[in-house]
Amino acid sequence: MSVDINNKAEPADSVPAPPEAIRAVPVKHYGRYVSGVIAVAVLVLIIYAFSQGKVNWGAIPDFFFDGRVLGGVGKTLLLTVLAMLMGVVLGVVLSVMRLSKNPVTSSISWFYIWFFRGTPVYVQLLVWFNLGLVFEYINLGPIYKDYWSSFMTPFLTALLGLGLNEAAYMAEICRAGLLSVDEGQTEASQALGMSHGKTLWRIVIPQAMRVIVPPTGNEVINMLKTTSLVSAVQYSELLRVAQDIGQTSGAAAEMLFLAAAWYLILTTVFSVGQFYLERYYARGSSRSLPPTPWQKVKANVLSLSNRSGGGAAA
Amino acid sequence: MTAMVKAEGVHKSFGAVQVLKGIDLEVAPREVFCLVGPSGSGKSTFLRCINHLEKINAGRLYVDGELVGYRQHGDKLYELRDSEVALKRRDIGMVFQRFNLFPHMTALENVMEAPVQVKKEARSAARARAERLLDRVGLSDKAGNYPSQLSGGQQQRVAIARALAMEPKLMLFDEPTSALDPELVGDVLDVMRDLAADGMTMIVVTHEMGFAREVGDALVFMDDGVVVESGHPRDVLGRPSHERTKAFLSKVL
Repeated sequence: MSVDINNKAEPADSVPAPPEAIRAVPVKHYGRYVSGVIAVAVLVLIIYAFSQGKVNWGAIPDFFFDGRVLGGVGKTLLLTVLAMLMGVVLGVVLSVMRLSKNPVTSSISWFYIWFFRGTPVYVQLLVWFNLGLVFEYINLGPIYKDYWSSFMTPFLTALLGLGLNEAAYMAEICRAGLLSVDEGQTEASQALGMSHGKTLWRIVIPQAMRVIVPPTGNEVINMLKTTSLVSAVQYSELLRVAQDIGQTSGAAAEMLFLAAAWYLILTTVFSVGQFYLERYYARGSSRSLPPTPWQKVKANVLSLSNRSGGGAAA
Repeated sequence: MTAMVKAEGVHKSFGAVQVLKGIDLEVAPREVFCLVGPSGSGKSTFLRCINHLEKINAGRLYVDGELVGYRQHGDKLYELRDSEVALKRRDIGMVFQRFNLFPHMTALENVMEAPVQVKKEARSAARARAERLLDRVGLSDKAGNYPSQLSGGQQQRVAIARALAMEPKLMLFDEPTSALDPELVGDVLDVMRDLAADGMTMIVVTHEMGFAREVGDALVFMDDGVVVESGHPRDVLGRPSHERTKAFLSKVL
């Protein structure tokens, strides 16, 4: 703490003669070459095995950008984003309720989490679908009135099923985040006359985000894959579309590979987004931000060219 | 003249542990009031009671003639709502041992935060005052730095500026230099000296006996939850009359 970090090193030209840099023969890591060769060999074997299988690989590119597949991808994305949004918003509310001094709200939150975390999401989806057995109509007075079965479209069932389940998990993630913020922060903010709400919104939540974002990224990726369950409630997302095409075109297994490839692409895109989000919330918490992948590549290339340049000179 | 802070038989316990066992004292406006004593003697707890970060269990505590945390009608006490407590805290600045700056905001944003969020002040006005205050604590060139980019002494001076931004009538200092390296203590004490000269009412929990002697108008020595001795710092520190005071001072002076 005592180091004056703004005390910059003296400019290079004022230093008389820099000491001679060490030039030593680097340690040879033979193990790395051996393990690298083994890994590549195993990979080649696996690829060979798959290419020899009774799989019509040609069918995959044929359907990869098929309108139905793209539609399924779109619906999967839509469902992921909306369910996650619902999960995050409700999760934040539930975690705040859970930590509240008010015994009623904290009990409600506890009960909610207990129920939605304690039953499988697949079962919850099916229950939403069949809730018409309990509520024959949905009646919002003069605003809206309809049969439950026609109100509960596959999309709404899927969204509620996934979103409400996610909220229970997000609530626990958010609670961990809120608890991770030093109590001194709350005290400082209250001592300045800030209300509970302001303290939470301006001081605690922004700091909790650093703890909340990484597991939430995990949840997004999980959600993306869990959407494949909603084919059970007749919502035609990516997996369902792929299976439908598989049945009509006779390339059932191929379409599963196609779906897997799409899921992998989507999760990769989300992971990149997560990286930048984490970087944003790290501001102020460390003295320098972690480099972006692009900056890392640039640095590596630069150091490589320096090294080869130095080698050539030597 | 009403006392800025008045304590009458203030008791505070955490569970079975009695931390304050009947504190009586009075702090006059424009006074620099020092609280000294061994750790665990209850000085910090008492300080935190003044802005109701801790609730007292018995006795009465007044700030500027108004009861802290309660409203009295007849002989009945009514708890204040959180919003009412917050309203009173606006007028009481607090500086913590561990600074407690908001790490996700720059120094300038830290100082602007409360005026903008609590007093609904215009950002331009708040910014102008924040810049003036940072200049006053000698950190105008660090306005854009995050707390992690500042030394402990610099952080504490930003914390003082942050508290001053609400234009309080009373400042509470909870061991403001205890977490600092010895060479950084001076800068913070200079700022506090400057504040005292300006006539700010200050209650300072401190182990800096030099500061207390030089700047303090009154000093209380606390031990084990009670006031052992009080008076002018020159007298208490120079000619302590109680054995406990003598024993303590012989260790810290």
